[in-house]
Amino acid sequence: MKFVDEFRDADKAHALAARIAALCEPGRQYKLMEVCGGHTHTIYKHGLEDYLPEQITLVHGPGCPVCVIPMGRVDDAMALASEPDVIMTSFGDMMRVPGSNGSFFDAKARGTDIRMVYSPLDSLKIARQNPDKRVVFMAIGFETTAPSTAMTVLRAAAEGLANFSIFCNHVTIIPAIKAILDSPDLRLDGFIGPGHVSTVIGCRPYEFIARDYGKPVVVAGFEPLDILQSIYLLMLQLSRRAAAIENQYSRVVPWDGNAVALRAIGQTMELRPYFEWRGLGFISHSALKVRQEYAQFDAETLFSVPGVRVADPKACQCGEVLKGVLKPWECKVFGTACTPETPIGTCMVSPEGACAAYYNYGRLTRQRVKEASTS
Amino acid sequence: MCLGIPGEVIEFLPDQADLARVDVSGVKRVINVGLLADERVEPGDWVLIHVGFALSKIDEAEAAAALQFLEGIGQAYEDELAALAESRIE
Amino acid sequence: MTAPHDSPARASWVEEALREHEALQRTQHEQARGEHDEIVGEATQFEHHGSPQPLPGTVREELVLERIDRARRARPRVREDRITMSHGAGGKATQTLIEAVFLDTFRNPLLEPLEDAAQLHVNGARVAMTTDSYVVKPLFFPGGDIGDLAVNGTVNDLSMAGAVPLYLSAGFILEEGFGVADLARIAASMQAAAIRAGVQVVTGDTKVVEKGKADGCYINTAGLGIIEHGISLGVAHARPGDVIMVSGPIGDHGVTIMLARGELDIEADITSDTAPLNGLVAGLLAAAPGVRALRDATRGGVATILNEIAAAAGVGVVVTEDDIPVRVQVRGASELLGIDPMYVACEGRLVAVVSPEDADSALAALKAHPQGTDAAVIGMVTAGPPGIVQLKTAFGGTRIVDLLVGDPLPRIC
Repeated sequence: MKFVDEFRDADKAHALAARIAALCEPGRQYKLMEVCGGHTHTIYKHGLEDYLPEQITLVHGPGCPVCVIPMGRVDDAMALASEPDVIMTSFGDMMRVPGSNGSFFDAKARGTDIRMVYSPLDSLKIARQNPDKRVVFMAIGFETTAPSTAMTVLRAAAEGLANFSIFCNHVTIIPAIKAILDSPDLRLDGFIGPGHVSTVIGCRPYEFIARDYGKPVVVAGFEPLDILQSIYLLMLQLSRRAAAIENQYSRVVPWDGNAVALRAIGQTMELRPYFEWRGLGFISHSALKVRQEYAQFDAETLFSVPGVRVADPKACQCGEVLKGVLKPWECKVFGTACTPETPIGTCMVSPEGACAAYYNYGRLTRQRVKEASTS
Repeated sequence: MCLGIPGEVIEFLPDQADLARVDVSGVKRVINVGLLADERVEPGDWVLIHVGFALSKIDEAEAAAALQFLEGIGQAYEDELAALAESRIE
Repeated sequence: MTAPHDSPARASWVEEALREHEALQRTQHEQARGEHDEIVGEATQFEHHGSPQPLPGTVREELVLERIDRARRARPRVREDRITMSHGAGGKATQTLIEAVFLDTFRNPLLEPLEDAAQLHVNGARVAMTTDSYVVKPLFFPGGDIGDLAVNGTVNDLSMAGAVPLYLSAGFILEEGFGVADLARIAASMQAAAIRAGVQVVTGDTKVVEKGKADGCYINTAGLGIIEHGISLGVAHARPGDVIMVSGPIGDHGVTIMLARGELDIEADITSDTAPLNGLVAGLLAAAPGVRALRDATRGGVATILNEIAAAAGVGVVVTEDDIPVRVQVRGASELLGIDPMYVACEGRLVAVVSPEDADSALAALKAHPQGTDAAVIGMVTAGPPGIVQLKTAFGGTRIVDLLVGDPLPRIC
């Protein structure tokens, strides 16, 4: 596959790994955070940590849009799905996220009409094909996905569709990064910046991280070599005591982002004054809702949504995992009460969650991995 | 909700605004290219696909530059290894 | 949305799940390793109180992994009170359901191996018996239809036991309103497949249910075959050093079905690989007596089979990503759909575990047959860690391949 295979070459990986190791100052520990869940997934899927020296720890960040949805919002979505004549449509990742009364998957087993889609456009198609039903699209994702939802709403408006709406749970990445930077529990040295969010927002929004907090950021692609190269560039900056924003994923990410995408978002959505993030609490101006002008496509206006806050279960330590304070296996219920099959928290159920990635792919100590790969 | 993957634009759908057929390893899919309205997109261009939309046009020059950097690292590494193997202090 | 200061509700199912687990852990404590858990408990306390001598990170991680392994070995229980699509996916939920409901209720030594076919002794002959149901949607797809699937699938289950397949039964559950012409077409496919495989459909049944049930046509089959003297196959026989091979490219069938559903606006030149494997198996067993086990990679894909080998034999399995044959288009479609070909069903591929001495002749035998021209060695059995399947990525790192959770591709066979 073009633009994929070339960035998966093992020999170049060894070369980069050697360079990275050479840049480590003796006795110093480095903590680099990869913000984006997609990066966490790649790191575990390709066994990238095997290429890094012991001195570098990768800390998993909150960039998993499914992981940060609080239980109360899941309950709200389930309530919408149970409304008469509603067809709920959702990406696959949401299907097994548990609310206080089960997940979409469980509701489907009880007879609720919930369908998995790969694109919000599929949801629109279902609306066209079922004029007597009300179709709701569960809109999740960071700024990567918001433009697609926005374009879909614009298309629905252009077609005058009367039976389509979205339940908007789009969140924005900068407030989450700021919450991490302001968190007293963490001392990070640098960030592997989100790749696909940056195709929309560009690289400028990260400038405050270098300017105000003195930490370098390298916006990274999603192939294993992209991530290794980004770590190399971060280590290079750190060795020179520099702090700047760099774009490793320049083949895809434009420095100024995608103006059309930002316009589409701006036209159809606006920031909520505050929004609750699982594990991170209430963050102001961190999530999007549908604008008044498009209220006929806003499920929260068309239906009455319970809006009940559900506390994160005490045993669930998703919050600390999302902030990078705890590694997945350090959560007390990891792998025992909380498994991909029986998830308690979102980090275990989302394919981009750190716990899911670790349980499904990385679940061996480095020692065992070294033993196994030489046998 | 998959990550973005690269695909090659084959053709635009004549009577449908914003829709194009792309090819990903021989598999063809129709996607919406409306988010690239500010750019010239032509058959043969590569785009990044995410949930049925093209998010960005892949800049082949930048891709080539990225690969060249990696080749350079790879070659330098080989050279170092070779040099290491040759220089034995005995 | 309510304002932040309202007091929040609580999810009671979590507390219940935790109480169950604590009860489970207490019983496991009493059985043996109380000390270890105390150490873990202390270690986590040390972390919080900053004691001078916490255990090193890797040791703590190992203790947690041991705790997880114990949890995984616990007696299977179905937690849901309703069947979900996961229970039909061939992964963890299916396995738990089978063990907790069926194995537990029917328990007998013939059932316990849970192989593709049961191996029975009847008046001195060794007979293999299998059963399958086919609920594929759509009924007709590129490369075949439900009829082909039914015959080939049953023939293959018998072949995996090393049996020569002989006789099939075919039970039909038809929906009111289903086209008779379609039914005739399915029957014709079945007969063509039966002739190709050298078997006969000798008994059957027909039922009709009201419109809205049975989605057109469901088929159930049973199959009988004879196992020749000296052949004894089973995944529990796998041993460290054994070679694992696959008979051809994986994932063709599952992806074909997904695309044939027509919901996805994806066009590709992929067809189902449904085929009878008894000829292939006969050639293989003749050339390589050191074959330990055979499994056809249907629901749950190759990944599921590798996990079954690791679990049944208490061994480790290591496979190399680059060595696993996948057609370029299957890979492209999988990337688009966000699925992993290792978990996607095939209907004409087998996985073989072969002793190292016979590996070369086994591979040659597979390649010599039209069903196995693209056969490849994909990995080997190791001593451990037991029950764990590892994949060496194309990139050189290592990761785990666990059992499937959830159901990315429903009703593919």
